[in-house]
Amino acid sequence: MDIFLQQIINGLTLGSVYAVVALGYTMVYGIIQLINFAHGEVVMIGAMVAFSVITAFAGTTLPPVLIVFAGILAAVPVCMLVGYAMERIAYRPLRGAPRLAPLITAIGISIILQHLALLVWSRAPLAFPQIIPLASFEVGGAIITGVQIAIILTSVLMMAGLTLMVYRTKLGIAMRATSQNPQVAGLMGIDIDRVIAFTFIVGAAMGAVAGVMVGTYYGVAHYSMGSLLGLKAFSAAVLGGIGNLAGAMLGGILLGVVEALGAGYIGDLTNNIFGSNYQDVFAFLVLIAVLVFRPSGLLGERVGDRV
Amino acid sequence: MRHRSNRTGIALVAIALIGLPFALAYAGTAWVRITNLAILFAFLSLGLNIVVGFAGLLDLGYIAFYAVGAYVYALLASPHFDLHLPFWIILPIGALVACVFGVLLGAPTLKLRGDYLAIVTLGFGEIVRIFLNNLSRPVNITNGPQGISRIDPFRFGSFSFSQNEAYFGLSLSGPIKYYYLLLLLLLFAIAVNLRLQHSRIGRAWEAVREDEVAARAMGINTTNIKLLAFAMGASFGGIAGGMFAAIQGFISPESFVLVESVMVLSMVVLGGMGNVWGVVLGAVLLSFVPELLRYTVEPVQLALFGRAIIEPEVIRMLLFGLALVLMMLYRPAGLLPSVVRKRELEKAA
Repeated sequence: MDIFLQQIINGLTLGSVYAVVALGYTMVYGIIQLINFAHGEVVMIGAMVAFSVITAFAGTTLPPVLIVFAGILAAVPVCMLVGYAMERIAYRPLRGAPRLAPLITAIGISIILQHLALLVWSRAPLAFPQIIPLASFEVGGAIITGVQIAIILTSVLMMAGLTLMVYRTKLGIAMRATSQNPQVAGLMGIDIDRVIAFTFIVGAAMGAVAGVMVGTYYGVAHYSMGSLLGLKAFSAAVLGGIGNLAGAMLGGILLGVVEALGAGYIGDLTNNIFGSNYQDVFAFLVLIAVLVFRPSGLLGERVGDRV
Repeated sequence: MRHRSNRTGIALVAIALIGLPFALAYAGTAWVRITNLAILFAFLSLGLNIVVGFAGLLDLGYIAFYAVGAYVYALLASPHFDLHLPFWIILPIGALVACVFGVLLGAPTLKLRGDYLAIVTLGFGEIVRIFLNNLSRPVNITNGPQGISRIDPFRFGSFSFSQNEAYFGLSLSGPIKYYYLLLLLLLFAIAVNLRLQHSRIGRAWEAVREDEVAARAMGINTTNIKLLAFAMGASFGGIAGGMFAAIQGFISPESFVLVESVMVLSMVVLGGMGNVWGVVLGAVLLSFVPELLRYTVEPVQLALFGRAIIEPEVIRMLLFGLALVLMMLYRPAGLLPSVVRKRELEKAA
């Protein structure tokens, strides 16, 4: 078995999930310069809702693809609602307040969502019912599973859809105008509040799907899965250049590959002093390295304080 | 006249604080321990207050410095490496090591915008925890998730802080001795905070917080002054961590999770960022919340439903989250707002 190719495939799979989550961060950041800390929790809620629905249908004779689809269909509206509610309650009243204020409410919201999930679903992780046949294919000595193919395809479709929306529709134009200059966009007749709310909703919907994907990939979902995933996705967004859509996609995929290769080879490189249990450190090392050497990210503009 | 009443007030508070542990000991030694932890958290919050309150930098991995201090103490005063250095040597070492970590983390990130700092510190907190969890192989440094136990208590020669002793008919238990030590440390921290606030450095922090560009134009080296805040906050965390290790006698990575960082932040925010007395108030209030919940939430649920449906821990975290959100929305400057901070936070809203 070719370890290198295998890790690349695994990395691409996780990376495309990171990319979809990173888009949620980067869209919100691009439009109101806020790091939406609670985005990771939205992803978590998406996974939990979908898993509950999938478990409920798992005993029936419906085809598995339909069951997973039903899970996604249930998760997306719930997450959209959560995304909208948090923009409305915690961020909108603080627009224009000092930067520290919305950051602190964001942490508060994230803690609240996490513990509400704990109340609803309890501490025990939800397991993904074994309904999807474990199809796998061999490619050049490495194995790619059906789930991996589905994840990569779905992510690519979503990213393409988002790009089309942002660059080809009226709403997309409104979003880009708002991100460039909210005041002037408002003068041009754009309802800024609606555009910002819409940005949150789209990000949350994509987050919901990402949650289902990452849950299906690992086979479990639990109440605390959101914070680490969110952090990694944020690192991906910074790597690509925050506020930049293409950057988030590139950063997500790169981060996934770096992480997979790092976890695969760290043992050999360090003579087994460090093992793959350090996998989660790579994202932060990448983040810190980017901030030190190229704070604007691969495709981004400057991120110093606005003067 | 006013001066004298002020003095009497201080004397009364002092007497109350000196007598407090004995009164608490009547209710049970557990209450003395809880009070000790509250003081420790007040100390920790004052450290974070330098970073968040004075300099306006959001540090979400603050507990990592606390962890560093705790592990430095645990490694240098426990059977783990068979080192038993006295505490007055270790605590400064812990402060120094935490300070170095603070500078290492701050140097690359403080040039950037504040919200990046928040994320990077959050990541740093996680990295420290992952390392503490895994540095048991190939050389056993941190003993992994099992943590380090049998940590030495504070000792002056034969006078140990963990033994019970009786003087003049008063029984002086270990926690009561720690209480006085912690109280002294807290007073020291309060004094440092108050002195800093109105010093040249404190004013520079305030300037950077209010308007970084203007501050730089006035000749303040903004990166250095922010780094200074970061390093000082980290040293406070290091000292508090050492105290924590000694008092508990046992530490493990479990004690240094993100939730703890959020808790300390909630204390600072609830009380009033930048106001020393507000921060102490916030820390004391929030430290007693879990105890309060234990005595109210569980019995109420048991009486109503016959079993505990919602764990007090969950309610505690929900309350912390709500406190952060509601305080920012309705009283951004905290329960006891600092005058300047209040003006800043309300001007824009």
